[in-house]
Amino acid sequence: MNGGLRMTGGVAHAPSRATRMVILGVIGLVFAVPIVAMVEFTLRKGLEGGYDAARWIALFQNGFTGVYKTVFVGLSNSVTLAVGTVALVLLLLVPTMLLVHIRFPQFRRVLELVCILPISIPAIVLVVGLAPVYAVIARMFGSGVWTLAFAYGITVLPFAYRAIQSNLDGVDVKTLSEAARTLGAGWGTVLLRVLVPNLRRGILAGAFIAVAVVLGEFTIASLLNRINLQTALVVVSKTDPYTAVILSLLALSFAFLLLLLIGRLGASPRRSRSPRSSKGTL
Amino acid sequence: MKSGRQLSSKFRGTAAALGLLPFAVYVLLFLAVPTLIAVGTGFFDSDGAFTLSTIAALGDPVVLSTFASSFWLSALTAIVGAVVGAIACYALLGLRPDGPVRVMVDSLSGVLAQFGGVMLAFAFVATIGIQGMITVYLQDTFGIDLFANGVWLYETPGLILPYIYFQVPLMIITFMPALQSLKPQWAEANATLGGGTRSYWLNIAFPVLAPSFLGSLLLLFANAFSSYATAAALVSQGSQIVPLQIRAALTSETLLGRTNLAGALALGMIVVMAIVMSGYSMLQSRAARWQR
Repeated sequence: MNGGLRMTGGVAHAPSRATRMVILGVIGLVFAVPIVAMVEFTLRKGLEGGYDAARWIALFQNGFTGVYKTVFVGLSNSVTLAVGTVALVLLLLVPTMLLVHIRFPQFRRVLELVCILPISIPAIVLVVGLAPVYAVIARMFGSGVWTLAFAYGITVLPFAYRAIQSNLDGVDVKTLSEAARTLGAGWGTVLLRVLVPNLRRGILAGAFIAVAVVLGEFTIASLLNRINLQTALVVVSKTDPYTAVILSLLALSFAFLLLLLIGRLGASPRRSRSPRSSKGTL
Repeated sequence: MKSGRQLSSKFRGTAAALGLLPFAVYVLLFLAVPTLIAVGTGFFDSDGAFTLSTIAALGDPVVLSTFASSFWLSALTAIVGAVVGAIACYALLGLRPDGPVRVMVDSLSGVLAQFGGVMLAFAFVATIGIQGMITVYLQDTFGIDLFANGVWLYETPGLILPYIYFQVPLMIITFMPALQSLKPQWAEANATLGGGTRSYWLNIAFPVLAPSFLGSLLLLFANAFSSYATAAALVSQGSQIVPLQIRAALTSETLLGRTNLAGALALGMIVVMAIVMSGYSMLQSRAARWQR
């Protein structure tokens, strides 16, 4: 007899529950160690040993003053940059993708190539060329931190493109816009009231990934001597490693919750249809 | 009448094409120009005259050994990350893609693969630093001194564990779709012909997954090769890997003309990345045949 075809969760030859729990448990435990070590590190009481939460309490009671102010500056800079980068995605990338999709399908491969390209150009390489470009920008617009959003828009491009494109592939944009046009809608109405609501999930996912990437960005800001969340954390770690670790734990949990939210947003509309309709895309 | 309509449709076509202009200008200014400058500066000396001597500096033994250590660090962490990540993907196979465990693992992988950088450096100082949790535990309990042969955490070997820590999540993100696209019909066909689990994996799943696996492996390699933040936050002195050597060349105030060395190093990195990424896209298109 062949007992070969074992179906778990609708997938053939999936591991049994026990195998799955052992594998995920071991990998999960190993991956938890550094996080636990970070927490343990922040709770240490100094040379005499023992643990307390003094540093956490101090941080929250003193309201992020003194050295930690750099982190606040960095955080607010990073938030500004995230807003700017999301704006670039929404106002530049989304309309271009829609225009290419509807009017210039012959350019689709070109657009895809351009959008995926930044993955193969390391940020550290981009910085070498960005330095002179930013010297010009500084002369024109000043050296405000928001100008970095232009560079971040490029680093975010592959992720945002993937998220939006996978949504775009599942929606018949051409028919929708033609129908709306036939009924007398102008292009503005088509864009804002027909297309954007249908692509909400992809656009949101793209925007969230952009936020996560910008909050985690270090290379470009560091080498162009700008302050963002990550560069500020490194500065703080030089004088107060404990607080730097507390702040990275907070930033990490924030980013995790943000991505959990994307997962929920991505999952909920599917669940209402059929549980097996998901086609995994990066 | 006909010509008038033609004219207006032609005009509308031009207007639509103008809509592509802002994005094109943006990509030109912030992607094409910086990349060309980065690669181009390698061909000029500090006075702006054309030279090949900076490119020749790529053959310098110090530079070569940096590329070598970048190469083995990326290869090692890519292989370990790919194998461990693939095992994790296998374990996730039976779970519903929109179930709580999957959503949780996906989000965690996203955070750890994207957000790593600086925070990872802190995490590993807290774990296996001189006063790290594991270091102290091993010392107190088993009398094992992790750093008996010198403090390697702040040199290239110290980067291995942090790199694996972000490689595994990236593997889960990139390889999971391929595993998910294995069709139940293939397993049914295998069972109908009398095959078992073993023959299914050996004759069907492994050959189908091989291009995806190799493609993800290359992506992991590229990811490690271009990674900068972890190393920069962990290693403050010396430049054992290429990105750190670019930093040294960019920030050097003592040696003139080092910006051009940064350009040459950038060119070297681009060449490596171009080879790896074209291999990746080749494997991806091979893998795509099975994923319809």
